[in-house]
Amino acid sequence: MAEVRVCKKGEIAEGGTRLVKSGPIEIGVIFHKGAYYAYRNVCPHQGGPACEGLKMPQVVENIGEKGVHLGQVFNEEDMHIVCPWHGWEFHLKDGTHVIDPKHRLKKYDVIERGGEIYVSI
Amino acid sequence: MLTGTQDFQGEAQRDFRDLASEEFDTRTLLRNAADQAVVRKYEDFLIVDTDSHHYETEAFKEIAEYIDDPVMRYEAKFQGHSRGGFTAETGSYQELAGRITRYPLRKTEKVPTTKHRDLTLMERWMDAMGVDMAVMFPTPMLNLSNCPRIQVEVTMAKAYNRWLCDKILTEDPRIKSMLYLPFHDPEASYEIVKEFADRKGVIGFMVTSTHYKANYDNAYAKTYHALQERNLPLGFHAAFTWTDQSLQLCNRFIGVHALGFSWCNMLHMTNWVTNGMPERYPNLKTLWIESGLAWIPFLMQRLDNEFMMRTSDCGLLKRKPSEYMREMFYTSQPMEMVDNREALELTFKMINAETQLLYSSDYPHWDMDLPSTIYDLPFLSEQSKRNILGANAQRLFNFDPVWSPVKLERKAARAAKAGRAAEPAGV
Repeated sequence: MAEVRVCKKGEIAEGGTRLVKSGPIEIGVIFHKGAYYAYRNVCPHQGGPACEGLKMPQVVENIGEKGVHLGQVFNEEDMHIVCPWHGWEFHLKDGTHVIDPKHRLKKYDVIERGGEIYVSI
Repeated sequence: MLTGTQDFQGEAQRDFRDLASEEFDTRTLLRNAADQAVVRKYEDFLIVDTDSHHYETEAFKEIAEYIDDPVMRYEAKFQGHSRGGFTAETGSYQELAGRITRYPLRKTEKVPTTKHRDLTLMERWMDAMGVDMAVMFPTPMLNLSNCPRIQVEVTMAKAYNRWLCDKILTEDPRIKSMLYLPFHDPEASYEIVKEFADRKGVIGFMVTSTHYKANYDNAYAKTYHALQERNLPLGFHAAFTWTDQSLQLCNRFIGVHALGFSWCNMLHMTNWVTNGMPERYPNLKTLWIESGLAWIPFLMQRLDNEFMMRTSDCGLLKRKPSEYMREMFYTSQPMEMVDNREALELTFKMINAETQLLYSSDYPHWDMDLPSTIYDLPFLSEQSKRNILGANAQRLFNFDPVWSPVKLERKAARAAKAGRAAEPAGV
């Protein structure tokens, strides 16, 4: 397993993304609520740079008694990576598509060591 | 700040990118598309994109200067031209509230001042995707036919077409267009064909499909005849409008878009076929644009089934509706391709895709398709892929190929590496 240095801890702002390269492979490292997530910057749909898109919460439709629609809210606990080419959305936590998990972003382990952040390839 | 090719390449070679400080640039957004073009060796064959767009709103001040009527010119410059905002009756949110980042960021992209901004933006995405030539259409003007003031539709159509010919089509032989016909005014449509048919880069004329005029009306006869005489195809470019009464039942954009884009072309195709237009104008080629493909097999089956019981309804038809439809041309995007490989393959067979289907990206719109959507289909032969990606368009529009300089450079580099001179490019 090779390691690619990403940055110093704290260098990526909350909600920010840094892209690093290992040969031809580009990896997006996202910092969200104290945790780092790393995915290959290629969407399984048409190959878009998924990691460069917005990070958006899951949209939840509130349904009340007898099926009455009560409106929409964001679920901030389930952040999504949104591919900027077409809008395909993936769970930030595991990279799976929000509807069909057979479509997923390739995930990499993130290592914190000595105040530095690395991605394991 | 990226100011030119050199700076852009320098940015590309840095070992990290910080999105927080990075400026928007089409070439960066489409970097993965450029990789696909290299891997698939697109430099080996011509790729023609038969449906792409620019945002004429960004050049609207220039276009308005082309309006003949001074009062309308003043009004147009005062009001501007766009789809309006959140509360507009056509309240589109194609950009998924900012999720499709090129919508809000496009305006910030820096371009050189040496050529028209639209040309630079077009060339950037075309070169990234491996597209050699593109048929360019406007964006908000696709709904111009819904303007209740017919005089405004005619005025804008003339102004836009003049601007397009003067500023864009004369400047870049890689960009072509099928010009807007103001369909609510048949006489003006005819005049536009006569005025613009011979202008450089004009390869046909286009009707936007979101309108409420029947295409079989005798009022259009001389326009169709003029097109047929000049061997210029007629395109029906689908669109949507939330002002359509039935689509106002939809409260989500997905509904308006999915139905609107296919419904308007189903409607006009049905009228075109049942009124025997292919028999009345046997040499007029029609191109059905931006409705995807799934609607075509449905309509073929539906019309054939009813026609065999009601042949008297369609006195001009000598064959089944599907047989006429199979001789027409279609653009590919947005191609329905989620978990439906068998249906897609059958669709390709039913429409004779090998000769009748033309690749289109619809870039920069939210549901754009890359050339790889065609090139990676496992059921197509290499020749079929090349036909759909470029050769069919070349045949339909009868133009000389103009290659992307990026692809020519890549081809030359490959040839040099192989130790021989580059062969002349050919389809």
